[in-house]
Amino acid sequence: MNQLTALSRRSFIVGSGSFAVGVSFGLNGAQLAQAQAADFNPNGWVNIAANGTVTLMSPAAEMGQGTMTAMPMLLAEELDLDWSKVKVVQAPGNPKVFGNPRFGGGMVTGASRTVQGYYEPLRLAGAQVRLVLLDAASKAMKVPASELRTDKGRVIHTSGRSMGYGDIAKVAQVPNELPKVDKSMLKPMRDFKIIGTNLPRVDVASKSNGTAKYGIDQRLPGMLWASVLRAPVHGETLVQVDDSAAMAVPGVKRVVRLPYGVAVVATSFHTARKARDLLKPEWTRTSKARNHQTQKVLTDYLARAENLQDKGVEFFSHGQVSKSIAEAKKTFSATYTSHMVSHICLEPMNCTAKVDGDKIEVWAPSQSPSFIIGALSGAAGFKPENITVNITLLGGGFGRRVEPDYALDAALVAKAMPGTPIQVIWTREDDIAHDKFRPLTGQHLVATVDAQGKLTGLLHRVVSEGIYARVAPPAFKASGGKDSPVLEGTEVTYGIDNHAVQFMIEERGVNAGFWRAVGPGYTKFAIETLIDEVAQGVGSDPLAYRLQLLEKTPRGAAVLKEVAKMANWGRALPAGRALGLAYSDAWNTFVGMIAEVSMENGQPRVHQVWAAVDCGHALQPRNIQVQIEGSVMFGLSAALHERITLKDGEPQETNLNGYSILRASEAPLVHVNVMPTDNHPGGIGEAGLPPIAPAVANAVAKLTGKRLRSLPLTA
Amino acid sequence: MVSLTVNEKKVSVDAAPDTPLLWVLREQFNLTGTKFGCGIAQCGACTVHVDGEPVRSCSVPLASVAGRKVTTIEGVMQTRTGKALEAAWNKEQTPQCGYCQSGQIMSAANLLNKNKALLSRTEILQALSGNLCRCGTYNQIASAVSSAQKTLTGSKA
Repeated sequence: MNQLTALSRRSFIVGSGSFAVGVSFGLNGAQLAQAQAADFNPNGWVNIAANGTVTLMSPAAEMGQGTMTAMPMLLAEELDLDWSKVKVVQAPGNPKVFGNPRFGGGMVTGASRTVQGYYEPLRLAGAQVRLVLLDAASKAMKVPASELRTDKGRVIHTSGRSMGYGDIAKVAQVPNELPKVDKSMLKPMRDFKIIGTNLPRVDVASKSNGTAKYGIDQRLPGMLWASVLRAPVHGETLVQVDDSAAMAVPGVKRVVRLPYGVAVVATSFHTARKARDLLKPEWTRTSKARNHQTQKVLTDYLARAENLQDKGVEFFSHGQVSKSIAEAKKTFSATYTSHMVSHICLEPMNCTAKVDGDKIEVWAPSQSPSFIIGALSGAAGFKPENITVNITLLGGGFGRRVEPDYALDAALVAKAMPGTPIQVIWTREDDIAHDKFRPLTGQHLVATVDAQGKLTGLLHRVVSEGIYARVAPPAFKASGGKDSPVLEGTEVTYGIDNHAVQFMIEERGVNAGFWRAVGPGYTKFAIETLIDEVAQGVGSDPLAYRLQLLEKTPRGAAVLKEVAKMANWGRALPAGRALGLAYSDAWNTFVGMIAEVSMENGQPRVHQVWAAVDCGHALQPRNIQVQIEGSVMFGLSAALHERITLKDGEPQETNLNGYSILRASEAPLVHVNVMPTDNHPGGIGEAGLPPIAPAVANAVAKLTGKRLRSLPLTA
Repeated sequence: MVSLTVNEKKVSVDAAPDTPLLWVLREQFNLTGTKFGCGIAQCGACTVHVDGEPVRSCSVPLASVAGRKVTTIEGVMQTRTGKALEAAWNKEQTPQCGYCQSGQIMSAANLLNKNKALLSRTEILQALSGNLCRCGTYNQIASAVSSAQKTLTGSKA
């Protein structure tokens, strides 16, 4: 206890309001772990060790988007750290300490909110710690703080004398009153030394030689594997099961009944899976999902989208769309559909858990410790304070890993076998059948123009299953039934005087969930193809028409002008090729995109893609380029190939032989120009996705004269 | 008991003969660099070399590799080709989530071991089209393979 008290005098908390960043000086690894574990020392965002090594916590899940490098960069920038002495550690699953202000303090990685949420708080904290270091150095060097500056982990006096942060950490005492900081004291963009540079991502080295550890690679002494059988359709529960054949398989240790399925536990995953196939379960037959026939649902949604009398819930409205329709010189109406799509995180869902008395520890490739704690304290009956969540690397996330279902599997099985570590692995078939799909949608849009061809109004109607409605019912209810992830992307930075968005929710029993760029993946598809059609209809160039709509959005106009320059918009193309343009402003990031397309065997083939991106302060420009490129590939995959078809509620695509995703041979060249501006950063993990499908569809319209209005694109 | 060679070491395995090689490698030998992706030889995440030929270890029963030489990502990393690929993967900052990359490197190693003439981007992407990457790093993979090939053949990068 003495040691811990001493530790606490060497640590302090900076920050304001609900966001606090804990700092400690001179702790070694073991002390650091101890300090983090101790309740009274709520945190360890930053530790400056006596040898100058600075350990920084990464609060978000690393799923390939580069957050494990980006978050520490923010602290390092304002602290003037020597990056070569920075060590990054994945933060423990403790939302009270590491929660994202943009998720109400929840530890959730998604919706392009990590940099957006932590950007200012972490920089302010870094600036404040720097002032503490300056103060301590001023006392140690016996010089006024005003004569000191910082650079690369050292405090430097005007005389040239200097002290490394490690040496300061040895003698530093936490002042009684911490120095105050505010936004005006943050470094201006021109002084950035770390933000805006292409530091190697901290997770790349281990991912380049097979040593990176994902959730599925977790190993514990005495660990057993489990495979879980669920009902063939969403929403059914287990009535009974005959497990005699499964139990007879050599290596099977246990069959555990779960409220929603049956788990087989064995000495190897292969054995567990083989035995699980021998279970004879009886499921309830009450789920609505059993009536889900994709074609029928699609027809219903289309009819509802086009039925203007059914006004649903107003998501937002400004101006008076009904008036703009009544007074329009011309209207353009179109109906759009998008099929359900699956995530296909290449690492199938999995989780490892161990129960010790009333305590549980889990190792999860998860986007959300907060959701896991919620599920384990609810459905598995553990007290939140008895739950330890370790976040591993994620082999893909894309919104799927916000859900805690796979962690609940592991927790329930581990609870039935206290003391035995259990690793649950989903097969790819499980992963697809029990996915939370991007919902099937029907959209109907009406655009109005005046005599000059100017866009005067836009009515945008979306029919879909809800996402918040399932994942966060109280928040959904409190919002008045506005399902924001479903409708994301309907807000636009185009100047449209009369604009209304209506949402007609459907409840067909099949789970809809977050997906990479979930809403904007289909809402921007509809908006951007319709704008193109309007431009064509009024005899305007699609670029010029959009630029006119962006007169009051200079950042949007700038990315469109830049991408037009990159692709040489307007040039003559070889026969059979066309360029298509689209724009996205989702997640406070502006993207102009152009795709070069031809038709092959009646299907679009994408040869090259150009993108100009303004995400404000660009933390890691090279990473932004590849994130945009990656989301282009993800969106292209969905636009060209992906579709889940349900028959009596059962997905007909069961594995990657029936559900195709984009292969290397289909990859277009992608050219990305990152255009940093002096603005708060926007999101970059999803921003490239919304414009790719409409850019391709707009090019196809030029080639064939036919407007494609369904996702996936079927010519 | 099945005897085989894994990364140049002779080993014996006590497992059901129908157990896919993938799970033997991951569970019995703790060679977790080889990944499970689909279980039906569609995604390439589980690619290993058997007697120098790339195979999808999720679909290779243990019994069929008796007496044969299996090389995993851990083994390939000890070779000149593997080291060149690792360096190129780092240089190009290729991985995003990284889960597919072991399989990509295994297929790339096979490609480079068999092709001395410099490969174009299109040829590389065609050759690696059996390895899925959900993050969409295909172009970075192609650049890295090309860069590694130049290192290996001594031509200017």
